[in-house]
Amino acid sequence: MTSVTPDSLSSAPPEILALGPVAWAKKNLFSDWFNSLLTVIIVGILGWGIFRLVSWALTAAQWQVIPNNFGLFMTGTFPSELYARIWALLAVVCGLAGLSWGVLGRNVSTLFSRSVLIGLGLVCAFIVLFPPTRPSSLKLLPMVALVAIAAVAGRQVGRKFPGIGKWVSLAWFLSYFVALWLIGGGLGLTPVSTNDWGGLVLTLFTAVSGIVLCFPLGLLLALGRRSALPVVRLLSTVYIELVRGVPLVAFLFMGQVMIPLFLPIGSRPDRILRAVIALALFSAAYLAENVRAGLQAVPRGQREAAMSLGLNTPTTLGLIILPQALKIAIPAIVGQFISLFQDTTLLSIVGLAELLGIGKSILANPAYLGRYAEVYLFLAVIYWFFCYAMSLASRKIEEKLNTEH
Amino acid sequence: MAHDSGSRSFDLKAMLRDERFWKIAFQVITLLVVLLLLSFFLGNLNRNLIQQGRAFGFSFLRNPAGFSIGESLIQYRPNDPYWRALMVGLGNTLTLVVGGIVLTTLLGVVAGVASFSKNWLLQKLSRVYVGLVQNIPLLLQLFFWYFAIFGALPNPANQIGILGLAFLNNRGVYIPWASSALLAILGIAATVGAAIAALFLWRWRTKIRIETGVGGQAQSIALAVVALAWLAIITLGMNWTVPAGVEGGGVTGGLRLSREYVASLTALVFYTSAFVAEIVRAGIQSVSKGQWEAARTLGLNAGMVMRLVVFPQALRVIIPPMNSQYMNLTKNSSLAFAIAFPEIYSIATTTYNQTGRPVEVFVVMMATYLTLCLLITVVMNQFNRSVQFKER
Repeated sequence: MTSVTPDSLSSAPPEILALGPVAWAKKNLFSDWFNSLLTVIIVGILGWGIFRLVSWALTAAQWQVIPNNFGLFMTGTFPSELYARIWALLAVVCGLAGLSWGVLGRNVSTLFSRSVLIGLGLVCAFIVLFPPTRPSSLKLLPMVALVAIAAVAGRQVGRKFPGIGKWVSLAWFLSYFVALWLIGGGLGLTPVSTNDWGGLVLTLFTAVSGIVLCFPLGLLLALGRRSALPVVRLLSTVYIELVRGVPLVAFLFMGQVMIPLFLPIGSRPDRILRAVIALALFSAAYLAENVRAGLQAVPRGQREAAMSLGLNTPTTLGLIILPQALKIAIPAIVGQFISLFQDTTLLSIVGLAELLGIGKSILANPAYLGRYAEVYLFLAVIYWFFCYAMSLASRKIEEKLNTEH
Repeated sequence: MAHDSGSRSFDLKAMLRDERFWKIAFQVITLLVVLLLLSFFLGNLNRNLIQQGRAFGFSFLRNPAGFSIGESLIQYRPNDPYWRALMVGLGNTLTLVVGGIVLTTLLGVVAGVASFSKNWLLQKLSRVYVGLVQNIPLLLQLFFWYFAIFGALPNPANQIGILGLAFLNNRGVYIPWASSALLAILGIAATVGAAIAALFLWRWRTKIRIETGVGGQAQSIALAVVALAWLAIITLGMNWTVPAGVEGGGVTGGLRLSREYVASLTALVFYTSAFVAEIVRAGIQSVSKGQWEAARTLGLNAGMVMRLVVFPQALRVIIPPMNSQYMNLTKNSSLAFAIAFPEIYSIATTTYNQTGRPVEVFVVMMATYLTLCLLITVVMNQFNRSVQFKER
């Protein structure tokens, strides 16, 4: 290869790059006529849209529908004299979250880095300033403090007993039943009929139940589909393909109408239970495909090496294959959990008063006639927050587990 | 095995240690458990249905339906049988799905390619769109479009006209359309036919020009003729009727797309396109950087690099996951029933409410959606085969 260097430039220093906002805009927004045209069109449309949205939000919109019904949005028609139980549940979750944070971050030099402190400050400011949460800020601020205190405690305990992680997982598992007890009552608490479960609490409860139930089922189906045993493989494949060919609404419909038909005469499980079962049976098929992709990505040599070390099939799967496969499949699995969380909105169609369902019933109230945009935007923000948090967490886990160089 | 199997009698311990025995035993046990469960469930189902006095059977589909349907592609009267009502639902589902697939592909590819744009604003816009839309449930978006956007359009008395060609009001969207259904089908067929003919001619022309370096004029002329013929059919042969506003509100002529249809289509397209955009993005990212650089070195401009070099290679990665997005769109079209668009799920639930036959209705619904998904898979597999690497 020959390189040609113009003599006049050969000894000159490199051209100084233009910096500053003007140069940036020239490079990124107005590099040629097409780009400039695009920029002008986008700025025009976006500017008009944002102007319309802001002017609507500040003048025409009637936001009272949100603070007036905040309790309904959060807990549905749960009896207000029993709200203490929901607060207790929130406290349990906050305590456990803080504890897990502390235990996971036990090797970090400081738990409260600047960005975390800013985040906590923003949360506190939001709780105090946001009108719907302001009345309960005296209860919400201690929750934030609880998270912080539990985190510090979790770090101390985590350093002293490195094996504490297992117990935290167990505590999370047990907290599910505590939640069931606190919401549903019984065992010394006033029972609350499932007709009164609703709002965000019901959305989160059905989503968590669905996730907890569909994960083992999906795992088994994926293993079944990859199995060398023809009968198991056939059954798993048929189940997965049949379920994946049917829309979820149809499946929920089946759950509400047909599950009682499949059971002995007269038995009729609770409708929330039926919905959760249908949701889990549905998601399991999709989850199985995600796990299967992970299983396929594990090299054949891993299995052969494990076998040659004398491990039998269950131990090979449990100790060698699954840990690697699940690690690969984490993004897809979390994606499935996100769509399961979004799919809980469909429960409003079969008559459950979860977040979207309660929104619909509030909109049916003549006092809030036509407040569609306000209510749906508010709900969209809530759903967006949870889904985005999940995908962010998935990215963090992925980074943490990425052991490749 | 060391010992002679003939001289030994049945050895239980050896059998229990043998993996082959366990493999067969495990399968037999699984099969037995599944069969037992199935017979338990189906037995209960049978007893329950007999107790309710409705033995399993599809003869009820021939009974008159007795309900009216807001919009339909085929002739339908309330006293037509249930199967005809279901056909109307299927037709409405198909219009939603076909329109959805075409528009989703366009918007999704544009949004995916836009995330590689040199224009900072466009690139960020694409990212924000995907991050926003993917994280909000489809049903909520559907309600938002139906109630908050299209519901907020003015009533027919104050409808919005667009250049006198189309009208918007809170009852729907009115667009110019062929004066009869037959002509409309003819026009669509002509468009599809012309597109296929043009594609073949273009490939033929490219092939000749690659092989000989000259020629291809005949094909160019043929291309122009096809284009002219298509243009003539579309402009002159369709007998277009343009919607016209009526004094005091309302529209005559043209095609009315109901508010339910437009809202469902918009929600489905916006939601699915976000996922398609991510697939397209991943596909383009999978093309190695050397391909971009080599193409730029050959003197192609940015648009040509994408169109001629990168995108065809990205298609290999893009097509397989697109299949599942199209299937998702098909299945999600059932949500349109929540805003009372009479698609197949909506008709099926009405049928169930009137006849009280959940099992049969569910079987019909399941068969319909499975068939649609299977059709999409078959078509996409064909297409996939054509874009994969041609190896030995």
